[in-house]
Amino acid sequence: MKKVIGQKEIDVNEEGYLVDFKQWDREVCECIAGECNIVMTEKHWEVIEYIHDKHENQEPLSIRGIKKSGVINIKEFYQLFPGGPLKKATLIAGIPKPKSCI
Amino acid sequence: MKNLVILGAGTSGTMMANHLVSKLPKKEWKITIIDQYKTHYYQPGFLFLPFDIYTSKQVKKKGAKFIPKSVRYIQEKIELIEPSKNKVLLEKGEELPYDILIIATGTKIAPEEIEGMDGPNWYKNIFDFYTYEGAKALRDKLREWEGGKLVVHITEMPIKCPVAPLEFAFLADSYFKNKGMREKVDITFVTPLGGAFTKPKATKALHYLLEEKGIKEVTDFNIERVDYENNKIIDYAETEVPYDLLVTVPTNMGDALIERSGLGDDLNYVPTHKATLQSKVHENIFAIGDATDLPASKAGSVAHFEAEILTENILRYIKGEPLKEDFDGHANCFIETGDGKALLIDFNYTQEPVEGTFPFPGVGPLQLLKESRTNHMGKMAFRWVYWNMLIKGIHIPFVSAQMSTKGKQIEQVES
Ligand SMILES: Cc1cc2nc3c(=O)[nH]c(=O)nc-3n(C[C@H](O)[C@H](O)[C@H](O)COP(=O)(O)OP(=O)(O)OC[C@H]3O[C@@H](n4cnc5c(N)ncnc54)[C@H](O)[C@@H]3O)c2cc1C
Repeated sequence: MKKVIGQKEIDVNEEGYLVDFKQWDREVCECIAGECNIVMTEKHWEVIEYIHDKHENQEPLSIRGIKKSGVINIKEFYQLFPGGPLKKATLIAGIPKPKSCI
Repeated sequence: MKNLVILGAGTSGTMMANHLVSKLPKKEWKITIIDQYKTHYYQPGFLFLPFDIYTSKQVKKKGAKFIPKSVRYIQEKIELIEPSKNKVLLEKGEELPYDILIIATGTKIAPEEIEGMDGPNWYKNIFDFYTYEGAKALRDKLREWEGGKLVVHITEMPIKCPVAPLEFAFLADSYFKNKGMREKVDITFVTPLGGAFTKPKATKALHYLLEEKGIKEVTDFNIERVDYENNKIIDYAETEVPYDLLVTVPTNMGDALIERSGLGDDLNYVPTHKATLQSKVHENIFAIGDATDLPASKAGSVAHFEAEILTENILRYIKGEPLKEDFDGHANCFIETGDGKALLIDFNYTQEPVEGTFPFPGVGPLQLLKESRTNHMGKMAFRWVYWNMLIKGIHIPFVSAQMSTKGKQIEQVES
């Protein structure tokens, strides 16, 4: 389905996750963050960058992985993206919701 | 003479030894299997031991009974794998050269990963049931427990047999009902997942059962520590769940051997090609069962399907033929739901559990994704099948390694 985010029409799934990463940019990112009541800071961007790296290398994201990320610890991750940080951070980063499990 | 070495004589290793012994020419190949324990445990039985449904004798047997005579069976801890030298080192110093190596060292609990979990209250009011010791200690505790808050908890995914914690909650409900003390017990199921199971379709069916049995659910709970002094578990979002009796499934990890040998991922699982079961480490190293990093359930039934395909691929590898990309992640699990009933799910990498009948399309007798007594009989019969057929590598009639879609209400696959 289509959703207007910022000035653009973006393709998203029923949970609001971007379907096509090519449509993602910093402005889209800030708008989605705003919808989650998150104001992007330097630290947020570092996390988004880390998530993009992982996604590009097809490495699964996990809470455990955050511990070893060298970017932030889990506590900070929860503070930056309150209430389900993995789900929120991936939503804002424009990549699919992590399939944590099998 | 060439050497094929199997690491671990659990479900997967034992099956591989039995498959290969009849397939590899004895004059050319020597098969060796190594395990640290003399005992072969029937791990699915650990679910029933705490409730006095199985006795401790029913869940363990001597490993040697299941290893073919012509296979060399070593009972010792494995120290190191050296892929560059094609050698395995044992604890007491023996070196085993190999031409082909199969890693089947499984996964085990790591309660030390969470602060306060295996502290002073471990096996006092904090228990696991994923080990023989834990299940037995919990049985003794339940026999005398007078009630209170029972919390059934999953620490983090992936875990082996991902439905077992839920089954534990269901069985606890019937256990306390039968003891006439259900009203004295408050049962809460706590999970890091967004719902009762890892697959959305089955989650719906299971959520309904939790409600019906009066079991509370706390989802998206990522545990940070156990506050054993105040009897509560606390997650990273500062949510607290109090308990009187905590039954947890700690983090599951591959054996430290994999880490020592530098072969694993973050959780010590061996990176493995998901359709062929060849490891990504080295072309003459293969991996099977819980030890792999495959995105499939870690279950005995999965290992059983994998064993058939891995056997074929090892024969192909020896002949220098291309490997068969046949493994589809097929899993087939009974879910015990208490009160003498069970449900059955059948799924693979891409296909979610669906409704229908199994193994005969339209006939059954087993019902997929629906509670029934026949399913429960199936789960109980699985113990016999395990000891007498499964680990001996005898093909189970009518159930194929690849998932069949016949007789099932298949829906569009979600990617
Ligand atoms: C409570 C519970 C319920 C379950 N219920 C079901 C069910 O209903 N259906 C189902 O299909 N599956 C079920 N399972 C899962 C099933 O038991 C496992 O998936 C299966 O046993 C995996 O087999 P494996 O050979 O890969 O690992 P394992 O059977 O665990 O074998 C690994 C072996 O390697 C040995 N080993 C490891 N490291 C070393 C070392 N360094 N040196 C020497 N030896 C070593 C270990 O001693 C062990 O014997 C359940 C599991 C549990 C815990």
